[in-house]
Amino acid sequence: MSAELFRTCPESGLQFHKPAERLMKAHAVASIVFLLIGGVGALLVTLTRWPAVHLLPADRFYQLLTMHGVDMLIFWLITFEIAVLYFCSSTLLKCRLATPKIAWLGFALMMIGMVVNNLAVMNGDASVMMTSYVPMPANPNFYLGLILFAVGALIGCFVFLGTLVIAKEEKTYEGSIPLVTFGALTACIIAVFTIASGAIILIPTYLWSIGYINHIDPAMYRLIWWALGHSSQQINVAAHVAVWYAIAAIVFGARPLSEKVSRTAFFLYIAFLQLASAHHLLVDPGLSSEWKIFNTSYAMYLAVLASMVHGLTVPGSIEVAQRAKGLTNGLFEWLRKAPWSNPIFSGMFISLVGFGFIGGISGVIMGTEQINIIIHNTIYVPGHFHATVVIGTTLAFMSLTYFLIPTLFRKQVMFPGLVKWQPYLFGFGMAVFTLAMMGAGTLGVERRHWDMAFTDSMLGFDYPASAYTFMGIVGISGTAAVIGGAIFVLVTVLSVFFGKPVDSESAWGFTTSRVLRAEPIVVPEGGHAAAGKWGFAAPGTFLLAIFFLVIFVIYYVINWKYLASVWPIS
Amino acid sequence: MSAIQPPAEIVWWKQPLDRVEGTWIAIALTWSLIMFFMMPFWHIYGKQNLSNEAYRTTPQAFLAKTQAMVDEYTVRTETAANLPVVRPPPGSDVYLVGRLWQWWPLLEFEKGQTYRLHISSMDWQHGFSLQPVNINTQILPGYEMVLTVTPDTSGEQTIICNEFCGIGHHTMLGKIYVTEGGQ
Amino acid sequence: MNDQSSQDEIVRIPIMQRMLDNPFLLLFIGVVFPAVFYIIWGIMEIVTIPIAN
Ligand code: HEM
Ligand SMILES: [Cu+2]
Ligand SMILES: [Cu+2]
Repeated sequence: MSAELFRTCPESGLQFHKPAERLMKAHAVASIVFLLIGGVGALLVTLTRWPAVHLLPADRFYQLLTMHGVDMLIFWLITFEIAVLYFCSSTLLKCRLATPKIAWLGFALMMIGMVVNNLAVMNGDASVMMTSYVPMPANPNFYLGLILFAVGALIGCFVFLGTLVIAKEEKTYEGSIPLVTFGALTACIIAVFTIASGAIILIPTYLWSIGYINHIDPAMYRLIWWALGHSSQQINVAAHVAVWYAIAAIVFGARPLSEKVSRTAFFLYIAFLQLASAHHLLVDPGLSSEWKIFNTSYAMYLAVLASMVHGLTVPGSIEVAQRAKGLTNGLFEWLRKAPWSNPIFSGMFISLVGFGFIGGISGVIMGTEQINIIIHNTIYVPGHFHATVVIGTTLAFMSLTYFLIPTLFRKQVMFPGLVKWQPYLFGFGMAVFTLAMMGAGTLGVERRHWDMAFTDSMLGFDYPASAYTFMGIVGISGTAAVIGGAIFVLVTVLSVFFGKPVDSESAWGFTTSRVLRAEPIVVPEGGHAAAGKWGFAAPGTFLLAIFFLVIFVIYYVINWKYLASVWPIS
Repeated sequence: MSAIQPPAEIVWWKQPLDRVEGTWIAIALTWSLIMFFMMPFWHIYGKQNLSNEAYRTTPQAFLAKTQAMVDEYTVRTETAANLPVVRPPPGSDVYLVGRLWQWWPLLEFEKGQTYRLHISSMDWQHGFSLQPVNINTQILPGYEMVLTVTPDTSGEQTIICNEFCGIGHHTMLGKIYVTEGGQ
Repeated sequence: MNDQSSQDEIVRIPIMQRMLDNPFLLLFIGVVFPAVFYIIWGIMEIVTIPIAN
């Protein structure tokens, strides 16, 4: 361990392995470039789905929607996640990164793949949506780009695992890995399964597109493609939950309520979360109800249980930390006096609430075998997943970035006054956007659809006026969220490339960050529960959790009622 | 130690749970099980369940069966393209083709009667979305899906394609007319 | 160093904790479970779909 290979961040106390640091920077910057490209797509697509604007012609719309889906869901999130993996292994374990050269090879493959794929889409003969369902053909480079990217990302996963092995061997830590690293490990494991499935299906599809194979079975394709498509959302879930725990630790010095519960919850993710790929096949021909019910429910909703546990323990750990600091009045003083103008915290908290209340509830409900009949492929579906991957994952990653700009890039965050508002604009814009999409979806408005008025069709159909209102709200709130996203990209790029270096502690960034210097939380007389109520260490959080459950139950019942009003089918 | 540091204790598995966690886990687990058992429950007591009856087929074979039905039961044609409207007898096997970019033929059902509706695609994947009643399923080429439906509202229903199927996707419509019984 | 490993032997680590501390066991579980329940079972369902008459 030669000393010059490491640098200790004077403010946070984090220790960076320099080769790992360079890799993290490269991945973070590249991912934000994808976010920017995907964001341009988001704006144009949203303005087209806004009926009063209807901006793009049909072919451009489908082309840009393909681009938006792939660049956002695959390139932006996975590239950022590789940076998170390196941070959680090398930095948090204070360990050298395994094989930085091979990690750079992975990075190069990801970049090449991304360029090859985007050029294919730009060429105009790969507007097949990110799902590229066979037998609709795309330019072969579309698949090739995805394959190259996947191989690169897989290399990143193995570098992460290799670093865990080195850290253990070189004993850079004692006992077990930190909880956040364990969350990252969960994401990595899911990523390995995801990418392997992707390879199993995309390689034959590539060979089919260049004429070496003459048939790919569409049912088989969907089965295995969704092991890629949906599991990659589970990488995001595991990663952003890990980021929530990290930010609770960074901002409040919070410690998990119990390692056992939080880690077991992550374990339930590892074992069961990926089964939910079946969500997409609930109304497909030929799969039995037994298969559908077992898989769509993650084997009896064990992964939902895990998410509900994280949803309690993350804010619960914040509440305990706040109460230990003396914010013990009533049920919610700890929350009222939280640092709401610190975007690292506010973004994380909006991400948590939005993910749980909007994304989580809608996801479980539309993943119910029979209820899916009234939701499949309506715009309810993008409504749901923008709440998970945008409010949940993307916003959590944005918050983390505000922490990484001073610690990793050693630059001051520019325009702090503006940045304070960014999570609110982005988060609330997206919240309205997703709810309006769900409203329109409930009225049967379709996803991936250029013209809800069907003007070019021989047979017409009229949606109710309220569906148009909902889509108008989608347009307006989507545009607001795009502005929020643009502020993030702008501030990050300007700060990283043109920002003032961090010199003194006062200029360091958002002030509440304590990280490794954290004063240990003083356990009050009689344990944490004594600072709480009813023998609960985190009574305020518990009340919020009950509130969540009540909404969940009500909305669940409403959906069954709606289903019961549909024509009998068997 | 915070969540970004290794746990303070070497053995953390034996740490007692806080009451707030234990209580919430019990509640959440109960709810998870209720949601799980709701699905088989609905299979027994609910009326909206896919039978998952499906067959492997080919576009040619499926089109031939559809054509036979059209030849036998067409009652009129509609639109400038003379699309056939087919009124099959209640209880019979009805065939619906999805292809770029139409649902063919148009159908006429009688309220309260049951039909075995077979659907398949001639080319790419399509989405069968019946509006405004709101029934949605995925249609694949090479597979024939059977929905046993009993229309319980009369009037006009539109079949919209809700799986992206190329540049004409947003024009791909079909109709199911439901007449009052006894007509 | 030696301290640490001998300590491991003295302090008996519960089996569940050992499992959660073993990334490669977890990797195995995380790949095999979905591969069996979702993919293999699913493929079996698809290949057994009967041929239409
Ligand atoms: C301000 C930000 C955003 C806006 C306004 C926005 C808007 C939209 C709209 C209008 C659609 C089209 C829905 C349809 O017609 O089917 C869409 C699709 C989609 N968006 Fe976004 N989006 C945003 C950010 C994101 C982000 C950050 C991600 C991923 C992390 C994302 C992932 C997707 C995906 C995967 C699709 C589906 C593409 C497909 O159907 O193939 N979006 N988005
Ligand atoms: Cu279609
Ligand atoms: Cu279509």
